[in-house]
Amino acid sequence: MKILVPIKRVVDFNVKIHVKSNGSGVDLANVKMSINPFDEIAVEEAIRLKESGKASEVIIVTIGPEKAQEQIRSAMAMGADRGILVKTDAPIDLAGVEPLAVAKTLKALIEKEKPDLVIMGKQSIDDDFSQTGQMLAALLGWAQGTFASKLDINDGKIHVTREIDGGLETLELSSPAIITTDLRLNEPRYAKLPDIMKAKKKQLDIIEPPDLGVDYTPRLEIISVNEPPVRKGGIKVDSVDALIDKLRNEAKVI
Amino acid sequence: MSILILAEHDNKTIKSATLNTIGAASQIGGDIHVLVAGANCDAVAQEAAQIAGVTKVIKADAASLEHPIAENIAPILVDLASNYSHILAPATTFGKNILPRAAALLDTQQISDIIAVESADTFKRPVYAGNAIATVKSSDAIKLITVRGTTFDAAATSGGSASIEDYNAPEATNLTTFVKAELSVSERPELTAAKIVVSGGRGVGSEENFAIIEKLADKLGAAIGASRAAVDAGYVPNDYQVGQTGKIVAPDLYIAIGISGAIQHLAGMKGSKTIVAINKDADAPIFAIADYGLVADLFDAVPELTEKL
Ligand SMILES: Cc1cc2nc3c(=O)[nH]c(=O)nc-3n(C[C@H](O)[C@H](O)[C@H](O)COP(=O)(O)OP(=O)(O)OC[C@H]3O[C@@H](n4cnc5c(N)ncnc54)[C@H](O)[C@@H]3O)c2cc1C
Repeated sequence: MKILVPIKRVVDFNVKIHVKSNGSGVDLANVKMSINPFDEIAVEEAIRLKESGKASEVIIVTIGPEKAQEQIRSAMAMGADRGILVKTDAPIDLAGVEPLAVAKTLKALIEKEKPDLVIMGKQSIDDDFSQTGQMLAALLGWAQGTFASKLDINDGKIHVTREIDGGLETLELSSPAIITTDLRLNEPRYAKLPDIMKAKKKQLDIIEPPDLGVDYTPRLEIISVNEPPVRKGGIKVDSVDALIDKLRNEAKVI
Repeated sequence: MSILILAEHDNKTIKSATLNTIGAASQIGGDIHVLVAGANCDAVAQEAAQIAGVTKVIKADAASLEHPIAENIAPILVDLASNYSHILAPATTFGKNILPRAAALLDTQQISDIIAVESADTFKRPVYAGNAIATVKSSDAIKLITVRGTTFDAAATSGGSASIEDYNAPEATNLTTFVKAELSVSERPELTAAKIVVSGGRGVGSEENFAIIEKLADKLGAAIGASRAAVDAGYVPNDYQVGQTGKIVAPDLYIAIGISGAIQHLAGMKGSKTIVAINKDADAPIFAIADYGLVADLFDAVPELTEKL
């Protein structure tokens, strides 16, 4: 079984971002970039399937700038076999390469690579769209198992347990399928130094979007990007009694 | 302009997020139709027909639609799409799962999780865990949109008298089959619709200790929420998670107990009217946004609060 894992280069989840004062977007100069956390979970899941003998190859793909090779190398250091960068200078967080265009790019790659399974993050923490996996499944006519917290693959049967608003749901998917990961699926490993060295020698191909025939013209125009209204902090109370008094008589919420 | 709403329901009743989605639709303006896709879902269709502002209910009633499987519902939306300027669904795990599948089939770039309607083609949506708000204008012929329930008023459940039209659902695909669901059962109010939410974090320490949170919640008639850390540690089920990648809540009162206030958590609750934080670390970031902060050990303060209320 061949597994494709699409990943995205995003601002590290610990970074406090700044909105540009001209309202055009978020300032990404000199901030720490990482693999989107949900995608890291996807990489981990694919590697575990390989380690358990169920998968033969794990291929990483990302769409992004030249520098996104760093994230591919990180995924390879975790254990992925090879990588593909679809290089673009268009922004990938906002006002650039949108989920539909990403899904079309991935579809074109999948037609070449013919994986049996795609595992990807449920959402990227920059644009927060939560669409790409579902869109890719639609374009391919494949089954989708979104927001996965458990994945069982036995005798060609895919069982996916999904985190839904009411609890958990288990679906059986026909193969090939798209899985999108939720937080509880696994805890990604840290790459060890020798593996980081080894990853530098793994195959990484770079291709350009026109090679795949996909148009990256955005459908959504960003009119502006603004700071959210700031919530000003309140006061500290010094006792439970004082808290009850405030809630009853000032906020009037109890 | 006509707007189609994809209703979320359990074949018995409509989920409240659907009402907020209809609230958003009425701000866009135009005829509002509701698609009820389910099995033996006539009661839901009847209920939808009563909602204020709804002029038509389309009922797709088939055994294959008993569970909301995206692979079976998206083709219905695609089939109906040409009659509509907008298709809206709640930004719940239900809507988030299905709508992008329909959007891709319609070659449309969906607009996720809108918090405001500026005009028929321009909307506001949070990005970067709500640390920035993007105003986006869509150039697609049909707009597919998921709606954040907490920022739109719910449509009234009565006052409408829509017609109900039957729709023959196409045969189910064999791509995906339902195996089982393990749903949380609770007497407490639904987390995203509750007036008061009491949430516990890693500081609560264990599943057993969560009883402290439950007692306070029961005293207040509140729903229970949690941070990711509390869910990951197994103190509570996944559907309690509040945050960027969990549920978005905006109750009148949110009480955060043993929660540090990571941006991903704040993204899910900072729209609450009044926020209380109980934390033993006076420097915890949660205090920066709390209206009332109590620096205390939760194992003393919470039982005392429960008792004195
Ligand atoms: C991709 C991604 C998505 C995420 N999505 C979410 C999300 O949706 N929701 C979410 O919540 N998090 C999310 N997180 C996790 C988030 O970054 C934090 O790790 C998490 O919110 C921390 O939970 P916590 O506040 O309970 O734990 P901690 O940060 O460990 O805080 C525990 C707090 O408890 C206090 N405490 C301890 N003991 C006591 C005591 N006896 N009395 C009083 N106070 C005490 C401590 O002072 C501390 O402030 C996400 C992270 C990532 C990477």
